[in-house]
Amino acid sequence: MDIKISKGADIKLKGVADRVYANVPNAEFYAVQPPDFHLLIPKMIVSIGDIVKAGDLLFYDKNNDKIKFSAPVSGVIADIERGAKRKILRVIIKTDSEIKYKKFPKLDLASLNRNEIIDNLLNAGLWPFVRQRPFGTIANPSDKPKSIFISAFDSSPLAPDNDFIFHGDKGLFQLGLDIITQLCDGTTHLNLDGNSNAASAFSGAQGVQINNIYGPHPAGNVGVQIHHINPINKGDVVWYISPQDVVTIARYFKDAKYDASKIIALTGAKVKKPRYYRVIQGASLQNILSDNLFEGEKRVISGNVLSGSRVGENGYIGFYDFQVSVITEGNYSEFFGWLLPGFHKYSLSRTFFSWLNSQKEYDLDTNTHGEERAYVVTGQYESYMPIDVFPVHLIKAILIEDIELMENLGIYEVDPEDFALCEYACTSKVPVQSIIRRGLDLIKKECS
Amino acid sequence: MKLMHNILNKIKPHFEEGGKLHTLYPAYDAFETFLFVPNHTSQSGTHIKDSVDLKRTMVLVIIALLPCLFFGMWNTGYQYHSQLIPGMDGYQSVYTALDNFLFGFWKVLPLIIVSYVVGLSVEFAFAVNRKHQVNEGYLVTGMLIPLTMPIDVPLWMLALSVIFAVVIGKEVFGGTGMNILNPALTARAFIFFAYPTKMSGDKVWVHSADKLDGISGETALGQLATLTDVSSSNADVLNSIGLFSSDGIYSLYNSFIGIIPGSVGETSVIAIIIGALILLFTGVGSFRIMASMFLGGLFMAYIFNQVAPETNLFMSLPAIHQLFIGSFLFGMVFMATDPVSAAQTNKGKIIYGFLCGVLSILIRVFNPAYPEGVMVAILFMNVMAPLIDHYVVQANINKRLKRLKVNE
Repeated sequence: MDIKISKGADIKLKGVADRVYANVPNAEFYAVQPPDFHLLIPKMIVSIGDIVKAGDLLFYDKNNDKIKFSAPVSGVIADIERGAKRKILRVIIKTDSEIKYKKFPKLDLASLNRNEIIDNLLNAGLWPFVRQRPFGTIANPSDKPKSIFISAFDSSPLAPDNDFIFHGDKGLFQLGLDIITQLCDGTTHLNLDGNSNAASAFSGAQGVQINNIYGPHPAGNVGVQIHHINPINKGDVVWYISPQDVVTIARYFKDAKYDASKIIALTGAKVKKPRYYRVIQGASLQNILSDNLFEGEKRVISGNVLSGSRVGENGYIGFYDFQVSVITEGNYSEFFGWLLPGFHKYSLSRTFFSWLNSQKEYDLDTNTHGEERAYVVTGQYESYMPIDVFPVHLIKAILIEDIELMENLGIYEVDPEDFALCEYACTSKVPVQSIIRRGLDLIKKECS
Repeated sequence: MKLMHNILNKIKPHFEEGGKLHTLYPAYDAFETFLFVPNHTSQSGTHIKDSVDLKRTMVLVIIALLPCLFFGMWNTGYQYHSQLIPGMDGYQSVYTALDNFLFGFWKVLPLIIVSYVVGLSVEFAFAVNRKHQVNEGYLVTGMLIPLTMPIDVPLWMLALSVIFAVVIGKEVFGGTGMNILNPALTARAFIFFAYPTKMSGDKVWVHSADKLDGISGETALGQLATLTDVSSSNADVLNSIGLFSSDGIYSLYNSFIGIIPGSVGETSVIAIIIGALILLFTGVGSFRIMASMFLGGLFMAYIFNQVAPETNLFMSLPAIHQLFIGSFLFGMVFMATDPVSAAQTNKGKIIYGFLCGVLSILIRVFNPAYPEGVMVAILFMNVMAPLIDHYVVQANINKRLKRLKVNE
């Protein structure tokens, strides 16, 4: 199936990762961070000082004790960091010099049915890789999804190139697909970037429906793809999973161990040598950032610059993130910044003279370039919203907490990340993503 | 620059929490952010944000209005000077463009100053009273209001209409972004209905026309309106047809250039087109509204052409000429496109614009008591815009519900 998307925009930033792997020593500390999993309330299994192997369980979901989370490496539980109201922020593991893996039983995929596969994924702590729409939470294993979506590409700014990452994949991705497709009676969709040559692991995938998506960001967002291929109605559930996580699941079935290594891209204008790194899930960023950043104030983000989270130079890579972005912190005032021609001020609009140079890569910083205002400009979000909803009407429905109206306007089809570009472009600087999140949380709370 | 920053930092504590002047913080904040785009960084959501903000958007509209403003200044001088006859005060045999411009400049400047000073004072007062930031909306309104006024409007009337527009047109609804009616048109409607003698007739559109004999300041629309009088004899009709023919004062050429009497900023089609191009290129103005309103006006005027009785020059005036006179184009480019009071959905904008165009010409032709049909038409459509949007959004909702039913 070919899908053409015309609305959206590709923001060109400085600091695209070179297609090479950098070698750095493995990190000493690793963290599993409950806030990575939206709405999760963790219940701890381990406590500080416990010794764990890679694959040992750390905590489980208080609302569904089947969903468990395991240690990505072996070592000792160094700390359990808590925030306000004793909310658990991260479980930190100080790793051994060599990783010891918990031994899982060797599995024969052909003899397993759907429930057995799900049980295996749950017990190994692999289940959190499977997420659902609506809400973007970890999938409920007792649900029957109407389809499963895998977006093989990431269209966000400075995104890692999956075709590079999967170059030379030796059948693990296909093995993973064979497992994932068992989870659902409906179709499993693998969505490729129509504008580039997909890695053979993707283009040659079997047992799934391959869709080519053409167009600018947010074409790579799974929410946009779902909307165009198999839209969510009230009551529907669709599961989705990232391609690298498919491989992690495949490794478990092949080697009977929890090997949560993944490839991330270190990107952004503040990085001296933006490149790809092999790390293990939850790794501290210290090793890859040290001696690799330019001077000056900067912001380290796990994920992309539109919807990633701020982690700091001593932070850890997020559970669902395959990218670290480091950009300039923009805490400066600008004299008559709103009046001057602005040859260097990047804008999606043509309100600054930077349109003369729209192909240039920019070093965009975190300055908001203005203050929050009431909505004045209209039609702006619509240009960056390939999902057939009325963005501003939906946002207003959320602000007045009218659940029926939100449902009618299609809130089940959207996720905060789908609105990231709207938030970027917004003239009135409205915090769009957090409003959408608030609406989804409200619905989840009221309807469960 | 550095100096300014230091001064601001020095006086800032007085306005902050606990300072003596804390109640005036919104005024200080407006001044500071006017000089400096603040050093705020993104704290939630996207880590980067586009360079455009409301100040930038508003200032672009003002830039787009400048051609109309400058031409209006020149035309004020030109209209006055061209009607002076030997023996009158200030008569010269030749006037340079600069003479005309400077004459108009000194006549228009007080209007602009009064509009901004009064309007911004009300805005600041509301901001201080309600403890919110001063929004930039008035920057554009403050320029639009003088441009829609006759040159000789008394300044106190202007001030009154500005106060009415900001308070009743905007602040009672909650300020910038919340208003139902276009504030600039509200001001004009207020003065039009409250002081009709200063806003209509043939004595207000050229400076001093009411004091000096022999100066006629009839607008093209006013001229056309007289023809629907039962008393107008054939000679009048023929005379008027002459005025609109290619060598008359209201010829298509003169209307296009803008050397006809009228409100300060509305006369020149060229200046308006330059403004429209700026708005469209930067994406600040809505192409959908402009284009559909133009087509709507053209459509209605063309229909009138087809059914016009021979003696009704108002109806039989060629469609394009009809759109070039009065404030149709000015209203189309700068008033109907006001995003807050216009329809907000893309489909809604097309319907809204088209109806604005149709109604403008309809009201203008059939109700010569309001020769400025555009003003009334746009205000009416401002009120109707939420209804149009409602049906557009409802169509989306129905589509989604239908999909749900099909699946069940």
